[in-house]
Amino acid sequence: MTRPVLELNRITKRFGGLVANDAVTLHLMPGEILALLGENGAGKTTLMNILFGHYTADEGEVLVEGTPLPPGKPRAAIAAGVGMVHQHFTLAGNLTVLENILIGSEPLWRLDSHRAEARARIANIAETFGLPVNPDARVADLSVGERQRVEIIKALYRKARILILDEPTAVLARPEAEQLFRTLRGMTEGGLSIIFISHKLHEVMSASDRVVVLRGGKVVAERKTSATTPSELAELMVGRQVTRPRRAAHTTGKPVIVAQGLTVDEAGKRGLDAVDFQVCEGEILGIVGVSGNGQAVLGRVLSGLARPSSGRLTFQDSDISRLTPRDLIRLGLGRVPEDRHAEGAVGELAVWENAVLERLKDPAFSRRGFVRRAAARAHAAELIARFDIRGATPETRTRLLSGGNMQKLILGRNLAAAPRFLLANQPTRGLDEGAIAAVHAELLAAREAGAAILLISEDLEEASALSDRIQAIVKGRLSQPIASEAADARTLGLMMAGVWGAQDAV
Amino acid sequence: MRFERRADVSLTALLVAPVAAILVALVLCAGLIAAAGVSPLTAYAEMLHGAYGSRLAVTETLTRASPLILTGLAAAVAFRARLWNIGGEGQFYIGALITAGLGHSLLAGLPVPIAVAVLMLASMAGGAMLLMGPALLRLRFGVDEVVTTLLLNFIVILFVGLMVEGPLKDPMAFGWPQSVPVASDLRLPDLVARSRLHVGLLVALLAVAVVWVVQMRTVFGAETRAAGLNPRAAAFAGVPLGRTLMLVAALSGGLAGLAGAIEVLGPTGYVTTTMSPGFGYAGIVVAMLAALHPAGVVAAAVFVATVFVGADAMSRATGVPSFIADVLMSVSLLAMLTALLFTTYRVRR
Repeated sequence: MTRPVLELNRITKRFGGLVANDAVTLHLMPGEILALLGENGAGKTTLMNILFGHYTADEGEVLVEGTPLPPGKPRAAIAAGVGMVHQHFTLAGNLTVLENILIGSEPLWRLDSHRAEARARIANIAETFGLPVNPDARVADLSVGERQRVEIIKALYRKARILILDEPTAVLARPEAEQLFRTLRGMTEGGLSIIFISHKLHEVMSASDRVVVLRGGKVVAERKTSATTPSELAELMVGRQVTRPRRAAHTTGKPVIVAQGLTVDEAGKRGLDAVDFQVCEGEILGIVGVSGNGQAVLGRVLSGLARPSSGRLTFQDSDISRLTPRDLIRLGLGRVPEDRHAEGAVGELAVWENAVLERLKDPAFSRRGFVRRAAARAHAAELIARFDIRGATPETRTRLLSGGNMQKLILGRNLAAAPRFLLANQPTRGLDEGAIAAVHAELLAAREAGAAILLISEDLEEASALSDRIQAIVKGRLSQPIASEAADARTLGLMMAGVWGAQDAV
Repeated sequence: MRFERRADVSLTALLVAPVAAILVALVLCAGLIAAAGVSPLTAYAEMLHGAYGSRLAVTETLTRASPLILTGLAAAVAFRARLWNIGGEGQFYIGALITAGLGHSLLAGLPVPIAVAVLMLASMAGGAMLLMGPALLRLRFGVDEVVTTLLLNFIVILFVGLMVEGPLKDPMAFGWPQSVPVASDLRLPDLVARSRLHVGLLVALLAVAVVWVVQMRTVFGAETRAAGLNPRAAAFAGVPLGRTLMLVAALSGGLAGLAGAIEVLGPTGYVTTTMSPGFGYAGIVVAMLAALHPAGVVAAAVFVATVFVGADAMSRATGVPSFIADVLMSVSLLAMLTALLFTTYRVRR
């Protein structure tokens, strides 16, 4: 039997009273893709940071090909052939790809940097592993997928034989992610061993050879990928049976929000191009598409942050295309933004302040310009209880909430007002299974209560489980809607590729 | 070494930070004082004595603190909303000029309290407009207000020079470039007999209380804080960013203008181009030392006034140039900025 290239022996790491890793033991075989699966906060990233030397473990050791790594020394890890691709890239945007790769791999004071040689090696790596990149492009001009490629090349340039990727698909659209996993598979054939961290079941199932499941800082299971199922993994990861809810058939009412020929131009670019859609009472309309095809503009126009240049947008038969965010909220339109940290909440404010931020002028929460703090706090406490926002009191700084709980707060402050319409823009992006199920259940409950919901999602599974009808968005244009029942993966794939009329063939 | 964000900024840290910053500044300036050939301990003792050694000294320090409270408050209010108002000095002078110009004879016949209120409001309006211009330029065209407000200071001071040499020149001043005096019955009454300390201090403290309540209790205050901390999220939640910024500009400029008004209505009585020892700029230091908190502004203003007044006395007693006051203030600003970093972040190996 071959020896593992990497072994972690009983790694324990504590942060104050919190045990982030509890005697974690795992190994990586040569040429293997190992998935490290766990919910947010399960200790995956901590473990990999220990392996790479960013953190020092309280107990335990790391062995690379049988030799212990000195703790707390990233340089030693690099020298031993460990390369890490962080979730948030560590590239300098103002430098070229070549310069970014060279930084740190050659001494600062050397005058003659071996650029020609480096260029040749990069070309060689790109060729061998199928990672096309232009070494002279400025990193700031690259897409996230390309930046990730640069990070991988950077690791390979330093002769990494073990590659660690922390949530590599968090920033990628589906096709980019699939491309990445094909590349990784090719790299293992070239002799690399890979660990990737994920909380997404489908990518673990499709891309790994073996899965190690972490929960609460402990290894709870290890499975051959071929010998397990997504539902088993989900249960292992969450620790209980989690099933995402599905919508039940029911009849929908009259149209609540209607767009006709809606066109938005932003900064000289056509963001939305004559789109038509309508959402009825008790209906969820799913908008699917590869990211960057106009979802953000659609979200902004429905949030009151962008003005259409032509076309109609009506809510309960009155024109809302010129209204401000505050007007829309007052009319009863709820909005869940795409980026919950940047737009959904003010992290430095308390939970209660964020809970009422949208409705400060509401007589329930202010009188003669003064905030009714007691009422606002009581409202926040109510949201926390009703929407099961964990780790929060009304006084908690919102920034300290986990992504899932912050999303519940944002969803809660919208749903508490029983909106007639709700925009849910990527409502579960970056959330773990338990939180996704909770968000889905809330959306479906709002649908039962008669709200019209526009769901913008890149997650096809989510879109088809929740939506009554689905439209695809491609380059700012919307396809005709199709019934969710008719939306199999192939049909949706064609729609998202811009092949309209494909639905007629089904 | 790297910085790790603290989960929460503790109140203790916020209270300790300015004290630590001031101590560091005192230690660093001790070197300079020693270089001037005087024992730092003697010099600092003289400074304290000069600022608090007698009844007169105390009133003088508080007199100096009054406009600083207002200019500090002006900076704090603006910085909270990320409006970088460096123009406190200009707004101060506009307020002073309006008070002297209107208060000389135009308001004769009005009951005194009403006339004083009119002067204060007019000065506030002048300061407000002086800052709303740059704020509007930033909103419409993205012009950096640091540049516009800073440069406006020089324009305003030159304008004041023009006025005190020209239309508002006092004919009774033996040719000195000073403005006509404000009518003597409009001058603010003294707080302490036979001193320069006047009711302006109470005006400043009242302003602190009002700003505190506005920031912490009102819808406008909540919206301003949200807009300052995360403008995108605030806009998404329906906070009108433009209007909020303009109102903040009005409030901030108004407070600095009010500082000019009470200085003329209080100790000076008229305007000269050298009446402010940098009240507007020192207000920035005051705001930072106060960590932008209204209550902290009072303490920080008293500290800065202590340094100003004490340094004069120290200079007379020991021969160390009184410029040490400016150095001490600048170093404490730098130390405070560093200290604030440590209240938000902790250092990890």
